[in-house]
Amino acid sequence: MSAPILSVRNLVVDFPLRRGNFRALDGVSFDIAPGEVLGVVGESGAGKSMTGSAVIGLLEPPGQITSGEVHLTGQRIDTLPAAELARLRGKRIGMVMQDPLTSLNPLFTVGEQLIETIRQHMPLSEDEARARAISLLEEAGIPRAAERINAYPHQFSGGMRQRVVIALAIAADPELVIADEPTSALDVSVQAQIIKVLKDLCQRRGTAIMLITHDMGVIAQIADRIMVMNAGKVVETGTVANIIKHPQEEYTIRLIASIPTISRTGDAPPAREDQGGASYVEVSHLVRDFDMGATIVDRILRRPANLFRAVNDVSFRIRKGETYGLVGESGSGKSTCARMIAGLIEPTSGSVKVAGQDVWAGSEGARARRRAVQMIFQDPYASLNPRWRVGNIIAEPIRVLGLAQTASEVEDRVADLLRKVRLDPIVMRKFPHEFSGGQRQRIAIARALSSQPEFIVCDEPTSALDVSVQAQVLDLMAELQQEFGLTYLLISHNLAVIRQMATDVGVLHNGVLVESGPVDAIFDHPQAEYTKVLLDAVPDLAAID
Amino acid sequence: MSDPMQIAPATAPKTRWQRIVDSDIFFSYTRSPVTIIASLVALMLVLMAVLAPWIAPHTPFDPSTIELMDGFTAPMGDSFSGKSYLFGTDDQGRDLLSTIMYGSRVSLFVGFSATLFAMVLGISLGLAAGYRGGMLDTVIMRIADVQLSFPAILIALLIFGVARGLIPPERQENTAIWVLILAIGLSNWAQFARTVRGTTMVERQKDYVSAARLLGRHPLAIVTRHVLPNVLGPVLVIATISLALAIIEEATLSFLGVGVPPTQPSLGTLIRIGQRFLFSGEWWILAFPAFTLILLALSVNLLGDWLRDALNPRLRK
Repeated sequence: MSAPILSVRNLVVDFPLRRGNFRALDGVSFDIAPGEVLGVVGESGAGKSMTGSAVIGLLEPPGQITSGEVHLTGQRIDTLPAAELARLRGKRIGMVMQDPLTSLNPLFTVGEQLIETIRQHMPLSEDEARARAISLLEEAGIPRAAERINAYPHQFSGGMRQRVVIALAIAADPELVIADEPTSALDVSVQAQIIKVLKDLCQRRGTAIMLITHDMGVIAQIADRIMVMNAGKVVETGTVANIIKHPQEEYTIRLIASIPTISRTGDAPPAREDQGGASYVEVSHLVRDFDMGATIVDRILRRPANLFRAVNDVSFRIRKGETYGLVGESGSGKSTCARMIAGLIEPTSGSVKVAGQDVWAGSEGARARRRAVQMIFQDPYASLNPRWRVGNIIAEPIRVLGLAQTASEVEDRVADLLRKVRLDPIVMRKFPHEFSGGQRQRIAIARALSSQPEFIVCDEPTSALDVSVQAQVLDLMAELQQEFGLTYLLISHNLAVIRQMATDVGVLHNGVLVESGPVDAIFDHPQAEYTKVLLDAVPDLAAID
Repeated sequence: MSDPMQIAPATAPKTRWQRIVDSDIFFSYTRSPVTIIASLVALMLVLMAVLAPWIAPHTPFDPSTIELMDGFTAPMGDSFSGKSYLFGTDDQGRDLLSTIMYGSRVSLFVGFSATLFAMVLGISLGLAAGYRGGMLDTVIMRIADVQLSFPAILIALLIFGVARGLIPPERQENTAIWVLILAIGLSNWAQFARTVRGTTMVERQKDYVSAARLLGRHPLAIVTRHVLPNVLGPVLVIATISLALAIIEEATLSFLGVGVPPTQPSLGTLIRIGQRFLFSGEWWILAFPAFTLILLALSVNLLGDWLRDALNPRLRK
């Protein structure tokens, strides 16, 4: 084996904070060989991004490297003065960050940014640099690069922008590229393309890549070796197949086990007694238009409004006690659907019937809706009022709908709900910020249950959560469904979550329901072209051999 | 390894006092000597004003205790009657320390009341504009824009003048202080409205508001119970800074002679009286009230600056 490009030994990073020292990295050691892709995986707070920042010397103050060594092709770099380290970045270590929206300067064209970077690190003339920029963009998979080099970042889509960022990262032929969650902000079909670009580059140029991500599926597709991190320590390092198929440490075993897969695992959902049985929720021909800014001039001239149809003729039905999964990429209209069904956005046309009652039919419908329908939101940080105590948050629906008379009755019910979501009733007196993301989502579930609904719309309930927490929340949701006979509409961009939870599934694409039916049938034998593309793009652990 | 499906016992919730001591704000307070000094100075001045009737060495507005012959006594100087005056006396023989204590009382009362009035008005209009949007938003915010394009003191003068014209002369002396509060309050609401509107627009997009809307709660209940507590952080900062501005504004108006009546002199009135004697050598009549005003405005302003930084997580070290 050749000498490693990057060699990190016993790296310790400390954050001296007011409540004592916080050790963010605790004795991290690893090597990356030339042309190798090392996947660094772990849950939030594991220290994976911190490792990347420490290597390139960009720790946020007051963070500091307390001990350990970082060597780049044999040269020790953690002790270099800041100015020299800055020269290394871009020249010998390239970086790809998570958010392609913020890693490019919106005021300069893509070409200007590339040429500037190239000329900073290489002795090239303007024209030579431009030629190199074009070939880099082509290499990163941007079609008609010679024309598009003069475009501004906002003229590119998210995936294209991330390709530009990759081109920037490799502009000066670095030996190492550090990619921190390069695909987390992207849709799954775009993610697949970006992974391919990174992998090709690595093979062609022999560049070593340190790929930091929370998504085991992405790592499985691209990496040669995996380093699993938890709480600032390296749990386990090994080849992809070894770690995924034969994890040694308990933490890794648990992590791998909690990752949902799009292949059927375990039992199929119980077969329905009566196929075609009575539907509890009936969505028919739902349409929603958004006014894309009629100006005052438009209004005076009575020009037709500039309408955007976010949801276009969506119809499906859900039987009582079952889960309907709605999948789609960003902008497919799935959240708009959820909000119309829950009663937050009025449909332009079409109807939503819950237990036979049209929920948008005047005050009668509104009353039925408030009793029967509840919602669980994506971001548990924004869905709980930060200034309210947990007890009051959960009690609000009980109080507003008059479900309990006395204060002690309300408190009993809140305590009961907290136990149902596996939280200690004592937490009633706490504020949301004192809880972790998973705990907050449990509180949000308790609030949704407190009005004793029969139907719950879950809009991406786990996409803000770590994968092991996601597994717990999904388990909890499934148990509560059993216990109370709840009907769920589960909105998710994560196909594996849908496969695990839903009995039926609908695939949304640009506001149109392209396919709808039993989950096994659609996942195993997709009919629509888009569904096939979507399913193919999902990085899945079950595909590793 | 605990089973996630079991209820894990939680730690006891913190008491209110623990929350305060543990908070980042309190921590940042203990780390800022300037803020500690400013708050102590402000506290001292406020206590001095509030407790004036009990602790002031003289009762400057009771004619029976005033020694007219003691007029123009220098600080710590020998007076005609043999009484000692720490800050000296003015032309009528009133003890300056006592007049300052009583004067700060008026200044602070006007400052606090005017800020409270501006705050209530600004928050209500800002919430309405931010939550409802549309036409209401446009109307309220354009009025705020127009008002912000004039200096506050000019607006206050205008309102004061109009009020003077409307109130019969025999009642003017009693109502003057309330008119002053109204004028200063009305000239300051726009700052609050702007800030609250902006924060409200952010907060109303959040899903805790959606959750309340799902229940069919009345918009007024959503705004007051849910949104309002979440927009108060920045308001607190503006309130502190505008308290300092209101105190100065009151002093300016009183200095110009349009503020409180001479029977209830505020710091501004005292400065106006003092400036007549500046060039005849009786510097203390101007200097002490002016110094008190500076100290008061500066300490409150420093508190406001600190609060703004402490509430901004980006500046937190």
